[in-house]
Amino acid sequence: MSIFDYFRSKTKNSSASVAKERLQIIVAHERGQRQQPDYLPQMQQEILDVIRKYVAIDQDSVNIQLENNDHCSILELNVTLPDR
Amino acid sequence: MNTREPAEAGRTEERVLAKIIVVTSGKGGVGKTTSSAAIGTGLALRGFKTAIIDFDVGLRNLDLIMGCERRVVYDFVNVINKEATLNQALIKDKRTPNLFILPASQTRDKDALSQEGVQAVLNELSRDFDYIVCDSPAGIEKGAQMALYYADIAVVVTNPEVSSVRDSDRILGILQSKTRRVEAGEEPVQEHLLLTRYNPARVQAGEMLSVQDVEDILAIPLIGVIPESEAVLKASNQGMPVILDQETEAGQAYSDAVARLLGEVVEHRFLEVQKKGFFKRLLGGK
Repeated sequence: MSIFDYFRSKTKNSSASVAKERLQIIVAHERGQRQQPDYLPQMQQEILDVIRKYVAIDQDSVNIQLENNDHCSILELNVTLPDR
Repeated sequence: MNTREPAEAGRTEERVLAKIIVVTSGKGGVGKTTSSAAIGTGLALRGFKTAIIDFDVGLRNLDLIMGCERRVVYDFVNVINKEATLNQALIKDKRTPNLFILPASQTRDKDALSQEGVQAVLNELSRDFDYIVCDSPAGIEKGAQMALYYADIAVVVTNPEVSSVRDSDRILGILQSKTRRVEAGEEPVQEHLLLTRYNPARVQAGEMLSVQDVEDILAIPLIGVIPESEAVLKASNQGMPVILDQETEAGQAYSDAVARLLGEVVEHRFLEVQKKGFFKRLLGGK
């Protein structure tokens, strides 16, 4: 093990840096959910119900995300249809 | 931050109402009560008339940390229910002038804290005090929400550890949405990070999140870093706020935090591993 590995191990693979990475991801995710409007879960359910009238899909097949930029909000709707 | 004068100077007709500070964290066991006791005592030592309120109804502990557990007669809930007056329930601290403690009830639950009741007590205290420190219970339920609802300033106590940091972020979300200030459209609650149980040696070894890591994630201004210290347990054993032990790093770090809370610029200490001097090593000092 070279001296460079020694330094790298401290910055890259230390358990503290793993903790920081994990926290950054989960905190960003949870902040995103906090900023969502209250109606989003119900809207997701209703969209799911409409699609189910025509195609058999399960609960996890619809993914809704609302992104806020400076000027506008983008509602992103992602539906995964089952294989035929 | 704020330019307040100590109590004597403030006793004029037009004196400002007390500043309400909530000490909160989401997670339990990170040092909320220790920090409430230290900050409240520190403010009183600076000459501000200060009350510390225990919001942890059913699990009161501020009285033990402050060493006044045998002097509790009436409590916060008694005052809310008008079974006692505020003056009857407030315990005057024996060590520090200008300092009073309002203990929580031990026999009730959090539902005993009504919004109107809490507001009435805080209003009454506001007329007479410079600072009110609200020691929040853990969690994000009613007790914690009540403790932070009327706050002007929030001290978010966090340990450099994943669950504590995540819970602190959750509390920040509540501070930004469920407070009187937000509902009244006023300036938001001032948020401050207080990092406790910090161990510089473990940070250096890459085993613990650093101050910078936690600041990066929570993105709120840092008010203090309290090193992990044997002095904290020793102080709580004796029922003495650790800030009174100015020989210790933890005590000094809390004094620095109080100074920053008052708007002073103080450099952070105890962030690096302390090198033991030759004589200290020889004498086995810590």
